Amino acid sequence: MQLSVRFFALYRERAGCGLASVEVSDGATVADLVGAVRQRFPRLAPPEVQIVVAVNQEYAEPDTVLREGDEICLIPPVSGG
Amino acid sequence: MIEITHQPLNPEEITDRVRRDANGAVVTFLGTTRDFSEGKRVIHLEYEAYEDMAYKKLEEIRQELRVEFGVEDVAIAHRIGPVDIGHISLVVAVASPHRKEAFLACHEAVNRLKQIVPIWKKEVFEGGAHWVACEDHEFAARESGLQPADG
Repeated sequence: MQLSVRFFALYRERAGCGLASVEVSDGATVADLVGAVRQRFPRLAPPEVQIVVAVNQEYAEPDTVLREGDEICLIPPVSGG
Repeated sequence: MIEITHQPLNPEEITDRVRRDANGAVVTFLGTTRDFSEGKRVIHLEYEAYEDMAYKKLEEIRQELRVEFGVEDVAIAHRIGPVDIGHISLVVAVASPHRKEAFLACHEAVNRLKQIVPIWKKEVFEGGAHWVACEDHEFAARESGLQPADG
């Protein structure tokens, strides 16, 4: 399935775009998606950095299963205030 | 009241939103942009938000604080986009019958905002820029990765 993935801040700049369509297999988890995104955008984050993902505007665990149409966003460490 | 805006923030107006006759205390916190960061002169800041989720998380914080501290109302307003030095980027106003809860809830509002709300700050220097927290986090991850596993 095709998933739309949004990038913000540091990840947006490193990906060179704010939105990308990423192909994953049906039943893919957040961890699978992160793997696919890293492959496509190798400069996004160093391998030792865990990438945080929000699904439908909630922080998601790596084993969360994704569905077509989910709103997915990669969340770099936040720094509001 | 939760607001994320490109416009300058008006603390008085935001504070007025939480004022009621039943409250004996109103605490308003202003987050303002600093001119120096780690020894470098900052020219201006740029804030970016994942707005839909940021609204949701700020509203969650607002409701949690009302329950946990028993405060009457909480208003949080965050400015995004470019913000010049010395300007207000964040306003948190908390109203409560008594001052202690208002102070505590206001402090906690800012703490939680900095932990979970998807808003990012970029410091722009002469000849460079830096996403606050992002690059520090990567540096820390790299450093800890270099340590032997048994410490």
